[in-house]
Amino acid sequence: MSQSTSATITPSGSDATQRRQVRTLPLLLPAVILLLLWSILPLLQTILYSFQHYNLMEPPAAYNGGLNYTYLFTDSSTWTAIWNSVVLVAGVLAASIVFGTLIALLLNNDFPGRNIARLMAIAPFFVMSPVAALIWKNLLLDPVSGLAGWLMTLIGLKPIAWFSVYPMLSIVIIYSWRWIPFATLILLTALQSLDTDQLEAARMDGAKGLARLRYIVLPHLGRPISIVVMLESIFMLSAFAVIYTTTNGGPGDATTTLTYMIFIRALNDFSIGSASAAGVFAIVLANILAFFLIRAVSRTLQA
Amino acid sequence: MKSSLASRVVLGLLAWAAAFIMFFPILWMLVTAFKTEGQAIAIPPLLIFAPTLRSFFDATQNAGYLLFALNSVIVSVGATVLAIAIAFPAAYALAFFPGKRTEFTLMWMLSTKMLPAVGVLMPIYLFLKNVHLLDTRLGLVAIDTLMNLPIVVWMLYSFFKDIPHEILEAARVDGVGPRQQMIHLLLPLAGPGVASTALLSVILAWNEAFWSINVTASHAGTLAAYIARFSAPEGLFWAKLSAASVLAVAPILVFGSLTQRRLVRGLTFGAVK
Repeated sequence: MSQSTSATITPSGSDATQRRQVRTLPLLLPAVILLLLWSILPLLQTILYSFQHYNLMEPPAAYNGGLNYTYLFTDSSTWTAIWNSVVLVAGVLAASIVFGTLIALLLNNDFPGRNIARLMAIAPFFVMSPVAALIWKNLLLDPVSGLAGWLMTLIGLKPIAWFSVYPMLSIVIIYSWRWIPFATLILLTALQSLDTDQLEAARMDGAKGLARLRYIVLPHLGRPISIVVMLESIFMLSAFAVIYTTTNGGPGDATTTLTYMIFIRALNDFSIGSASAAGVFAIVLANILAFFLIRAVSRTLQA
Repeated sequence: MKSSLASRVVLGLLAWAAAFIMFFPILWMLVTAFKTEGQAIAIPPLLIFAPTLRSFFDATQNAGYLLFALNSVIVSVGATVLAIAIAFPAAYALAFFPGKRTEFTLMWMLSTKMLPAVGVLMPIYLFLKNVHLLDTRLGLVAIDTLMNLPIVVWMLYSFFKDIPHEILEAARVDGVGPRQQMIHLLLPLAGPGVASTALLSVILAWNEAFWSINVTASHAGTLAAYIARFSAPEGLFWAKLSAASVLAVAPILVFGSLTQRRLVRGLTFGAVK
């Protein structure tokens, strides 16, 4: 009896299953109820606000049909913000995949001090965004006293005011610095689960280093890379703190992403209705990405 | 086997170069924190100087700084304790008594994590305002708890799955109730996993900036909000700001280094081990 029901539940284990299901409910309930409240109520409220003319400065709120949505999609600043989000996400993703993979492969080799080098390469991921932003804004990229400016004068170039001339590139650099280590960490972990017997066999059969990399190692990284792509897309769509700390969305709206635009409308303009319409749009976008991520994760659950 | 010594040396050097480049900004912040304000903005940059602790004193002299540091500790530890207390029984039920809805429950929890925070900023902000929890530690603890709950459930679940069911089954047959099983068997058996989960939760809450910036002001703000907000007025004082930043980042760097391998499970929802 205890043997047959120990590990997994068979569809026919009716009685025992029933009893267990009832008993596990109170254990699950607190987490489920809290997450339900947290995920459903604010969402419904955002949807409700999105159909209202609602400004905290001029209450009360009034239903105004789909006007917020009409404004949202006819306003050119919305499309600028969406484009900025796309550039930011794509830039950070490209950097993370290329450099993350490269660094993970390098760190996976055997060399003296490997563990310390790994910690150093992954450390930026643990640096909170406002600090990351300020290190780059002040210490490295400042045109007058920053390190980058000084290095450029050394080789005869003029220092660049990065945040005015290349604002979005600067933001991409800072976020990449934080997220390349995330990709490195995950890919390195995946590399360590690579079956060394297979590599050894390939080596015996005379496969050269690059061939082994191309045909065994990189295919093995396919899935973890797709996980990195999806997770980073979701995180980067919500990117906020670095922009808040450095450019505040400017100059003009050069670094105003969708997330930042919603923030400005909500807490600077107190224009709840229009911020909520944009919020609903952001939620829909994130859900499309999440759909793919959840499918990928669900496959590992079944495996 | 036969990769030549030369190529191995080159690859090793490249690996060290990459690690150094990635780490350099942190190193430079650390170096700047030990400079005076004048040295911090000197061009060419000073590599050799008499290190001083002045900036650390100045940074922590600010009454606001200590309060925000205390808030960071209270909020991240509070949110972690709460999240684990709520998630532990749930993960136990999901891992050891899987049913038809287990997978759905796990996936649904994961999906709540995908909701972009900015999309629900206004309802949460207005709710906190109405119940007078705006700019309170309690409000921030509640948000961080809920934000991390799915990750904590998932990570605990993933560690519990590695524990042989027979051990808990034997206890169950002997009449040991769920509460006793969790406290006396599961907690010690999954100790390292629970510890890593707690560390990840502390790290995420400590570094959380969006909510901290948007729902706190001068009372309940964490260090993330402090540094983001005071960057403008204090922006000219690089040494002081670096010292404040070093103190804000140091504990998390240590925690992160301790458990980097295990964190991957939580960060990828078990998809990469």
